[in-house]
Amino acid sequence: MVIEFVLDGRSKVNTYMQLVQQVRQALRVGLLESGDQLPKVRDVAQALAINPNTVLKAYRQLEMEGLAEGRPGVGTFVTGTLAGASLMHQAELRADLVGWLRRAQTAGLTADDIVALVDTTIRATLADDVIVVTHT
Amino acid sequence: MDAVLEADGLGKRYGNRWALRDCTFSLPEGQVAALVGPNGAGKSTLLHLAVGLLRPDDGSVRVLGQQPYDNVAVLPDLGFVAQDTPLYRDFTAAELVTMGGKLNRARWDASVARNRLAQLGIAPHQRVGTLSGGQRAQVALALALSKRPRLLLLDEPVASLDPLARHEFLQALMGSVAETGTTVLLSSHLLSDLERVCDHLVLLETAKVRLTGSVDDLLGTHRQLIGARHDGSAIPGVAAVIRESHTDRQSTLLVRVDGWVDETRWTSTEVGLEDLILGYLGDHRRQGSHAAWGVTA
Repeated sequence: MVIEFVLDGRSKVNTYMQLVQQVRQALRVGLLESGDQLPKVRDVAQALAINPNTVLKAYRQLEMEGLAEGRPGVGTFVTGTLAGASLMHQAELRADLVGWLRRAQTAGLTADDIVALVDTTIRATLADDVIVVTHT
Repeated sequence: MDAVLEADGLGKRYGNRWALRDCTFSLPEGQVAALVGPNGAGKSTLLHLAVGLLRPDDGSVRVLGQQPYDNVAVLPDLGFVAQDTPLYRDFTAAELVTMGGKLNRARWDASVARNRLAQLGIAPHQRVGTLSGGQRAQVALALALSKRPRLLLLDEPVASLDPLARHEFLQALMGSVAETGTTVLLSSHLLSDLERVCDHLVLLETAKVRLTGSVDDLLGTHRQLIGARHDGSAIPGVAAVIRESHTDRQSTLLVRVDGWVDETRWTSTEVGLEDLILGYLGDHRRQGSHAAWGVTA
């Protein structure tokens, strides 16, 4: 099986939408790609103890979005992609980031410190170019 | 024929008390329906009428187009697990499977039960009386599924199970529904389970059907509205107010909508199945008996 679905019991998001979002996310980060088979409806229904119609509904939604295709008697397969051109750079950037995080830890920053630093740096650096933050 | 189970004006009376009255609903094929209601609302009575153990005193119930009472022709299509999963405790698991085969010659598939029991780690020679509650529930489900029924009726199947056993039971049930397309009607008090498992609802209250329909439709047509204190006049877009509570300044309403509600006046949010059920059940109950108790409201 390529991916495994999990449900967030505290989420207000519909069960079927949670499944749709997980597939979209997996496509975005490259965990799923065109040609992959999505888990069988029966397996998802049993593993999560949810109504099989909910799984079917999620798969139909993905078909409508052009991301998947049902092949009768076989299963549902990924046909589209959400990963942008940036995907190939992601692994490299991630490796850089991991290296940086290790250095930050060695320098004595806690996880909260790191988040705060990243947050303020993003705002300071990217805000000038792309993100417009308005304070009233 | 789309409806697997259909009740029309169905009623059952014990003495001069109606346990079920004017009960009308239909359950489409392939749905998993929740039968919900307070104790004594008539859930078990409805299930017993559907399986043919009781004769209606009014109206009719039809399973796959046939009256189930005193009608053996419909039995092969029906699976029923009664409350507290009554099984012969001195029988071994293997003996129960054999007995099921002898009593249900029409469509019995012993391999269904054997596969399920093997998966559960229940040994053939194990006596049913020595099994845990969760295992007994699983055995009862396995036997019911071996009939390969088109309609499976379950009376409080998970009520007495611990959370893990409950989850495992629902896993097994959902897996087999996906495999066979069996229509299911199950009664339960565990509303949080039902939201994920069921796509149809039959809500009973004091012997009557209070609300029924597909869960998607019901959730799509109900909203919670919060806004400035409301004077009780008609609200555009609202078909019915199910439940309301007010403070001096604010009103909170559970409503059934039939159009657009003015969202500048009202904050409108979707409701979950559990909230919807509680909203419908809550509204009649608080007819206060303050006078009878000699206290002020």
